[in-house]
Amino acid sequence: MQTDSNIYTLGFATVTVILVALLLSGLATGLKPIQMAEEEKDNKFNILRSVIPDVKKENAMELFDKYITPVVVNGQGKPLTGVEPLKLTMRKEYAKPAVDQQLPIYISDIDGKKKYVVPMHGNGLWDYIGGYIALEPDFNTVAGAIFTHVGETPGLGAEINKDWFQDSFKNEKLMNNKGEFVGIVVKKGKQIADADHIVDGISGATITGDGVQAMIDGNLRSYLPYFKTVKN
Amino acid sequence: MSDTTTAVVEKASEPLFSSKNRKLVVDPLDDNNPITVQVLGICSALAVTTQVEPALVMSLCVVAVMAVSNLTVSLIRNIMPGRIRMIIQLLVIATLVTVVDQLLKAFVYDLSKELSVFIGLIITNCIVMGRLEAFAMANKPWPSFLDGIGNGLGYGAILILVAAIRELFGFGTLLGWKLLTPDTAIGGFLADIGYVNNGIMTTSAAAMFIIGVLIWIQRGRNTKLVDIS
Repeated sequence: MQTDSNIYTLGFATVTVILVALLLSGLATGLKPIQMAEEEKDNKFNILRSVIPDVKKENAMELFDKYITPVVVNGQGKPLTGVEPLKLTMRKEYAKPAVDQQLPIYISDIDGKKKYVVPMHGNGLWDYIGGYIALEPDFNTVAGAIFTHVGETPGLGAEINKDWFQDSFKNEKLMNNKGEFVGIVVKKGKQIADADHIVDGISGATITGDGVQAMIDGNLRSYLPYFKTVKN
Repeated sequence: MSDTTTAVVEKASEPLFSSKNRKLVVDPLDDNNPITVQVLGICSALAVTTQVEPALVMSLCVVAVMAVSNLTVSLIRNIMPGRIRMIIQLLVIATLVTVVDQLLKAFVYDLSKELSVFIGLIITNCIVMGRLEAFAMANKPWPSFLDGIGNGLGYGAILILVAAIRELFGFGTLLGWKLLTPDTAIGGFLADIGYVNNGIMTTSAAAMFIIGVLIWIQRGRNTKLVDIS
């Protein structure tokens, strides 16, 4: 066979590319519903995990319906109706001006104790990071935090989704003594990590840590009007 | 007449694991290791060796992708136009990796999140393309398949070794098990006499000199690798 002619080369390239395109697009379309369902389950699981640390993924769907009441508010803290909270893309919402924002908040009610879970979205070193942070009803104390990432460096930035890092956010305070919002600082060094607003960072993952800090700060500020309305 | 028949039959029934084929799998583990001898795949060996667990998973994925892509390219090697062969090779690798990624996302979502960047990194791993070009293009499908597995394992062996050294001295753990952290018996004793985790082990530079030392040790004891010139 004459495999070096121009016609053959072009023909071979065309056929191969079409075959591969068909295979990949068929696969992606076919698997999309399963992937979406998995993603929704994972989101619900993460929301639950920020308030019930030892929850199992198998029970995530039913426990979510049992314990969690999602609400959506705007940037002024006024409730909105007719918005599906889990369908909102937080990256887009946080980028909008405060008036247009649609901010979901997941209120968990376990044995009469309420906690407020806020979805987060920010930038890591290589890609987006996100997660959920659960607050006590004083809107000051962190009840739990779950972080997710798309492509942080394995073993370094990717450690943000490990328990030891997430657990260090528990009982941290968001406000200073004067009641002003200061957020949480991610900083390396165990000695200073006892302070109320500081958690121990990860060696070799400074930029991811800075991203987590900026994410908590920026995202929670959007919710401050809502926190104020609930508290009063 | 009968002689020729016997010869043909003998050739066709070469055992699947003949010594020649076994060599394809065993050779890359030491004498022809892709990282320390062929010096391929150094980039990912620096990037994914901070801890043992990701290194282990990466190795398994590379073995799978190399075996199947070597097989595929070997099957189409005779109908492939020479001028665009590298593009086709890359297309085969990228397609396989994407298929694996999509399947993982649909059926083992948690694992796929754990792997995240690794899957994409396999496409750029030069061992995969290196073996396609150097071996699969000139050999039959079965030996090519074995060559893929052998080189994947050889790559994995070095990856896991480097990761183990980096994790132990950088974090004081091994596969996540605490060994030298201050809250263990040995770690506590070491901490008392002034031992601290070595921060440089968490950076890529550490992988560079660990691999350098490994090459040195390997050439020291394996006489086949000694450069006489």
